Amino acid sequence: MAINTDKNVYTVVFAAVMVIVVGSILAFLATGLSGRINENMRFEKQQNILYAMGINDNVDEGSVNFVPTDIVEDKFSQYITEQIIIKGDQIVDNDEAYLIDMKKQLALAKKGETPELPLFIGEKEGKKFYVIPMYGKGLWDDIWGYIALDDKMIVQGVFFDHKGETPGLGANINQRYFMDDFSGESIMDGTRYAGINVAKGNNDPLNNDKEDNEVDALAGATITGNGVSAMIKETVNLYKDYLKTIRTN
Amino acid sequence: MGLLSKKDANLIKDPLADNNPITIQVLGICSALAITAELKASVVMAIAVMFVLGLGNVVISAMRNIIPSKIRIIVQLIVVATLVIIVDQVLKAFAYPLSKTLSVFVGLIITNCIIMGRFEAFALGNGLWRSFLDGIGNSLGYGIILVIVGFFRELLGSGTLFGFPVLGDPIEKTGLYSIGYENNGFMIIPPAALIVVGIIIWVQRSRNPALVEEN
Repeated sequence: MAINTDKNVYTVVFAAVMVIVVGSILAFLATGLSGRINENMRFEKQQNILYAMGINDNVDEGSVNFVPTDIVEDKFSQYITEQIIIKGDQIVDNDEAYLIDMKKQLALAKKGETPELPLFIGEKEGKKFYVIPMYGKGLWDDIWGYIALDDKMIVQGVFFDHKGETPGLGANINQRYFMDDFSGESIMDGTRYAGINVAKGNNDPLNNDKEDNEVDALAGATITGNGVSAMIKETVNLYKDYLKTIRTN
Repeated sequence: MGLLSKKDANLIKDPLADNNPITIQVLGICSALAITAELKASVVMAIAVMFVLGLGNVVISAMRNIIPSKIRIIVQLIVVATLVIIVDQVLKAFAYPLSKTLSVFVGLIITNCIIMGRFEAFALGNGLWRSFLDGIGNSLGYGIILVIVGFFRELLGSGTLFGFPVLGDPIEKTGLYSIGYENNGFMIIPPAALIVVGIIIWVQRSRNPALVEEN
């Protein structure tokens, strides 16, 4: 006997069974793969932090090449000497800073609460690096990154990434010609924590002036560029009480 | 006798040229614009669509006699969304850098008109094997255009293919760059894909005037 698929009862039962079957398949898949996916995300974070410190596999002046995944854990433990969690100007914990969700902490700060902030301290060729994770908004979606500072608050390197900025325009925040411009810039304007502005028409397209707190903007990506400026400024402001304790000038 | 009957073989052959989903049916244009700046992303997107369309067609065909007609579009959407989530999760687990390159575009497979179009037009009315062949044929036809567009955009826009420099070194000015060639930044942005797809459509219709639509 053929099934009457037009009955309302049949339709409801069919929909319910389908939801259960699909839900079970996806739950099984998510459970099975979550360990591997989380591990990949952790490796990516480590690669980004090391990249901001200038530890990467770049072979030319154009492309972005991270430390390979299979050795990133070793390199991370070799170069990152401390992971601390700070609250105001105090260290509240000194382990597993990488587990902290920066986006949530920024939301807490916006509500007026004191956030718990992760800070990665690395050492390369006898020099100390303070790597700060950042999170912000671009034109279409989230942007994020890492900024590595020395004890004089001079940028040693950055890494930026995005979720869905316009390909060829705002998406270029993760390109070398943009990121490399930040190296050598100071985040200080006198005694004020000024961050770094992504500026249009700043009369310094080659970015020779490292004291102006400005880098040249990406053409056609004004809002993403403004998002990068705001992200750096907001993040640095959250860390400024602690940064004062390590500043040497 | 070959592996496939003539009728079955046409299910694979037709979408490759004379009934191509992009150039003739004008479906799946959005993803052809979005992800073809790199050849690697084009190939992966083509494989992902082949998996979703091939398997999706089989699932819809298997259920065609029990799907309530009132909710058939929702059922098709659930099938395609499930398969896309599977592709996304598997890429994140086993090809993480690639999953980042494709980012939102894997999710966009759900909105690829070719998939819903083939479910509705073919899989709901045909058997498992023929639906599978139709899915593979259409995704191959889609993939061929993606690869052609990706080839020209990456070559002319970045001077590379699959990330390997083939026109020389633009910094050191070797290869073509030494005689003054510059990478064409326009090829990197999505409008360039429209022009390349337009040229393919023009060439295809010039070679086969029967494909030209009458007004």
